Amino acid sequence: MLNKEMKILIVDDFSTMRRIIKNLLRDLGFNNTAEADDGKTALPQLQSGRCDFLITDWNMPVMNGLDLLKAVRADPNLAGLPVLMVTAEAKRNQIVEAANAGINGYIVKPFNAVTLKEKIERIFERIEANA
Amino acid sequence: MAKRSPRPEPQVSPLLAAARELVAKAEVGDEEGTAQVLEQLTRMRGDTLFEELGKLTRQLHESLNSFRTDARLMDIAAREIPDAQDRLTYVISMTEQAAHRTLTAVEGRIPVIGDLQTGAAALRERWGCFCRRCMSAEEFRVLNSDLDGFLGRVEQEMARTHGELTEVLMAQEFQDLTGQILRRVIELVHEVEAHLVDLVRLSGERREERVDEQPTGNSEPSGPAIPGRSGTDVVSGQDDVDELLSGLGF
Repeated sequence: MLNKEMKILIVDDFSTMRRIIKNLLRDLGFNNTAEADDGKTALPQLQSGRCDFLITDWNMPVMNGLDLLKAVRADPNLAGLPVLMVTAEAKRNQIVEAANAGINGYIVKPFNAVTLKEKIERIFERIEANA
Repeated sequence: MAKRSPRPEPQVSPLLAAARELVAKAEVGDEEGTAQVLEQLTRMRGDTLFEELGKLTRQLHESLNSFRTDARLMDIAAREIPDAQDRLTYVISMTEQAAHRTLTAVEGRIPVIGDLQTGAAALRERWGCFCRRCMSAEEFRVLNSDLDGFLGRVEQEMARTHGELTEVLMAQEFQDLTGQILRRVIELVHEVEAHLVDLVRLSGERREERVDEQPTGNSEPSGPAIPGRSGTDVVSGQDDVDELLSGLGF
């Protein structure tokens, strides 16, 4: 059963995309969201505030989503954080690279509400199954 | 590319002066003076030679550099400008699609919402009539049935409206993708501008030393896939991603 109260951090350099994801999450019943516009501003938020789920873009200035993912996995306090990547990066080797770096899910843009719902449910089903 | 500048005229004057001096010294039989002037003349000839050699070296260096610039410009012209044209065309089609998706959703909902508003106003009036007890039992029976039907319709239409609003919401995602594409085209335009400035400098022979920028590596994000422009190493959609990841144990 999904915890609708969990805090979700949305990281994307485009504010329109952050709004879209935030609205879709609200439709799915997740109201507790925070936003950051790149990895560098996201990381302190993750380290200080209690976040339960990270949704990040890949291609962002300063610190991209893959580097953010690597930083999260390298931090003992954050290593177990579920991470969903929502990105326009569609090359096979990039998806494999993200998988190797420890993503929990990968959505390629353009995407839809159903896909987002499915991926989030799947991520938490697997976490529960492994717990 | 490099144009040859005419031999500088002022060189002739000191040469002529020295030649006249040589003749004058020789005429009066000043051997030491003659030798000095001869040496001076030889040195002057050597200086001119070195100057010419220096000019030639510089021209060669600049020609080689301009060749490098030309090669990059040719690459841009042959490959990247057509690619940028495709990218920009894709931006147009994406923004057009988004506009149509939004307009279709809005156009579909506006008459329905107008209808519901009119229906609600009419029912409210009849409900007021019932409250003021100026309604027959038969009229109330009809009102009751109409209210039930109306509420059912509101429920149904609100669900549809919610779906259409989500459609409008999702249509806005073009901004992220087109933004990424446009940024790349802007970078290309900047690069072309820099190369053109270089060429202008070269033709003016006032070019300064410049460090060539290294092309970006393969590990950099490559931006949204453009239909028809991306190779086979690109997934065609979410189903492809899921298939790829399921192969990796996801």
